[in-house]
Amino acid sequence: MSAAHHDHANGVEPHVHSHDHGHDHGDAPHGSFKSYMIGFVLSVILTAIPFWLVMGEVLPNPKTTTLIILAFGAVQVLVHMVYFLHMNTSSEGGWNMLALIFTLVLVVITFSGSLWVMYHMNVNMMPMSPHEMRNVP
Amino acid sequence: MASSASHHHAPPTVNADGTPAFLVMGEHHVEPSTMLGFWLYLMSDCLVFAVLFAMYGVVGANYAAGPGPKELFDLPLVAVNTSMLLFSSITYGFAMLEMAKGRKGAVLGWLAITGLFGAAFIGLELYEFHHLIHEGAGPQRSAFLSAFFTLVGTHGLHVTFGIIWLITLMVQVTQRGLTPENQRRLNCLSLFWHFLDVVWIGVFTFVYLMGALR
Repeated sequence: MSAAHHDHANGVEPHVHSHDHGHDHGDAPHGSFKSYMIGFVLSVILTAIPFWLVMGEVLPNPKTTTLIILAFGAVQVLVHMVYFLHMNTSSEGGWNMLALIFTLVLVVITFSGSLWVMYHMNVNMMPMSPHEMRNVP
Repeated sequence: MASSASHHHAPPTVNADGTPAFLVMGEHHVEPSTMLGFWLYLMSDCLVFAVLFAMYGVVGANYAAGPGPKELFDLPLVAVNTSMLLFSSITYGFAMLEMAKGRKGAVLGWLAITGLFGAAFIGLELYEFHHLIHEGAGPQRSAFLSAFFTLVGTHGLHVTFGIIWLITLMVQVTQRGLTPENQRRLNCLSLFWHFLDVVWIGVFTFVYLMGALR
């Protein structure tokens, strides 16, 4: 009976595998012409607006412009991820997404941590006059 | 009955001599996933760029009494450069679409166009670097310029290697056709190429545009 069970399992196995193979070869999810064009048009728009804002000095306040172009950059990164890199939550059984999330956490810690610490270190340095600067030991 | 129960607790496979086999050959055969491995490489590359961006963010305003981004950066040139990379992304996408249809000639054509856009990008970047160094704003001028050349140069090196890889794959596709191996390689380069475009979004936003606003 155990042998029969084993045979049965073996009989099923090749089918499952061949199915996996078929699925796996087109592993990297393909985009369609339409999805590539949507991504491209969105990217052009999301690139052109920040350049226009900065080169045309459209907004009077540079701080506002900075925030807006950073937001456009973030959105464009997402557009590229979805339409060009074909990211989704299910590719490679979710490991792609997990690796991406882990990396993003590290990137945020590295980036914001560096800026935060080094900015305050700079600000809290003892002020020095040029005269003192010349005479530092 | 008793033997059947014990069978349930025993390991599923036994060796020829009756000892349990813990290394199960074949049955739990895992599909090798080049795409996942390559994705993990890209994520590590992402960390490299994150560190370079952080470095630029920290020292990007230390001009050492030298020229700042406002005097140095030529935004129209950067806009052209950006469009080169964006065009190369969409043409690579077209190559992948043709690959799915199995049209070898069209794949090679789109890959060649992609390579030309990439080369134009590198050419413009080299022109910019040459111009900056000629003006006395080389990487040794200030911490800002060191960080700038390191960050943008690392991206440029990646694109250069991407072009070399692309030419290599064009030769391989010419010689062997769109075999499963070559399709896998083209898929990897696709990820690499689009990833570099994503990094460039960070560069033109954070370095060039925000530099011009300072």
